[in-house]
Amino acid sequence: MSAPSPGLPAIEAPPVESLAPTPSRRLDASALLKPHRIVLILVALGLVVWAALSMRWDWLATYAPMIAAGLWQTLLILVSTTILGFLLAVPLGLAQAAGPWFLAAPATAFCTVIRGTPLLLQMWLLYYGLGSLFPLIPEIRDSFLWPYLRQAWPYAVLALTLSFAGYEGEVMRGAFKGVPRGELEAGRAYGMGRWTLLRRIWLPRAVQRALPTLAGETVLQLKATPLVATITVVDLYAVFSRVRQDTFLTYEPLLLLALIYLVLTAILVSLFRVLENRIPARR
Amino acid sequence: MPSGLELLSPWPPGWGMTLLAGFWASIQIAVGGFGCGLLIGMAGALGKLNGGPVVRDLLACYTTLVRAVPELVLIVLLYYAGGDLLNRAFALFGAGPVELSGFAAGVFVIAVVQGAYSTEVIRGAIQAVPAGEVEAGRAFGMSERLLARRIVLPAMLAHAIPGLSNLWLIATKDTALLAVVGFTELTLATRQAAGATKAYFLFFCAAGLLYLLLTLGSNLLFGRIEAYARRGQRREAGAS
Repeated sequence: MSAPSPGLPAIEAPPVESLAPTPSRRLDASALLKPHRIVLILVALGLVVWAALSMRWDWLATYAPMIAAGLWQTLLILVSTTILGFLLAVPLGLAQAAGPWFLAAPATAFCTVIRGTPLLLQMWLLYYGLGSLFPLIPEIRDSFLWPYLRQAWPYAVLALTLSFAGYEGEVMRGAFKGVPRGELEAGRAYGMGRWTLLRRIWLPRAVQRALPTLAGETVLQLKATPLVATITVVDLYAVFSRVRQDTFLTYEPLLLLALIYLVLTAILVSLFRVLENRIPARR
Repeated sequence: MPSGLELLSPWPPGWGMTLLAGFWASIQIAVGGFGCGLLIGMAGALGKLNGGPVVRDLLACYTTLVRAVPELVLIVLLYYAGGDLLNRAFALFGAGPVELSGFAAGVFVIAVVQGAYSTEVIRGAIQAVPAGEVEAGRAFGMSERLLARRIVLPAMLAHAIPGLSNLWLIATKDTALLAVVGFTELTLATRQAAGATKAYFLFFCAAGLLYLLLTLGSNLLFGRIEAYARRGQRREAGAS
């Protein structure tokens, strides 16, 4: 153990990890045809039909383009922050697993702070805090970045990226440490330099180990995206908030919103299942 | 403009008291929600392990739905729709509309979310208890209740504590989401203080420090509890 022990316990598996399917949990048709399941499915279908017929859905046609735009914004934020966050998580994990203390300590502190405070607070700190400091600095006001920094989305992307990096950095720390020593020694025995060793063996093996938790982390990231609506980014959640304000409906918009997130989660989980099946795993 | 320390002091014109009151509200909601969530989780785990097929399927729906939908959406849904449903139910019995207190609604919402996660944690922990230990208890003629109290609960605790401590951290951080529905816990109190004084950076950092103190402190506590729960176990090689 060269790295200092982190303040928070290592997350080996996030809570939603069991959402990621294992082959045994895969749905087959015969499981749905048990008598009690048929009854439950009929009840569920009945509820859906009742909701479709007796609730008010006339606002859907008006707001459909806005909903589509919001969905696109949510997906864009999800994909960009996941990729950026992962790129940041790799050096964070590496620094904690193998770095010298002056790299490991800040990385550990960063992960502890990110994981120990609510994302909403981080987002508001960046948006209101940095947003109120930037205009006071003439260099920033005059720079080419200023038109972007006056909008909300850079802060949303930054907050979500840092959050993902904090959580995933912790996972990558464990993944880097978990790569068997023999594999690294074999690489060294072939005369690989440190960079080649990292690129050819250490990183691929660590990513492979982290992949099962990546599905869960990405679902968590999707579930964190609606927070950007609190700093005026118009994502899916913000569109539905607008619908609620305009139509004074309590149930319909929120139920549809929950359904859309449910479908998105299901799609994410099955995408990761395909990805995991394509990567050869040998235990 | 007053300096940072003056702004943070607990006496007016400082806003420290507002922050601390919000912090206390956050802790209360987190404790209430986590506690109620544990009860739901115990019931849910028992239902998943021992219940009939219908109970099991319904519980699977509950845990899957809650874990797949963003907490913020769940909180808004349960807060507004739940309040509306409650009032309709009261109206059926002829009672007037009630105003759901922010505290009760907050505890309820956090408990429903926590219940789904802790169901899975507790179910896994119960399943991790070696079958031989349970059988040994049965062989000594223990009744099911005695078996649960003397064997299963103490033995599963060691397996449940890491997951539950993670859930407690999630509960403390989820209380911040109640700011969105207008409940004055730490995050919203901070925003109010920051908005009034324009010292955004200072107040959000102070609130972050409070949250960090809470999470690091509770980590120490959970570490103690885990060490206590594991006192009878053989230490495995390589376990940190």
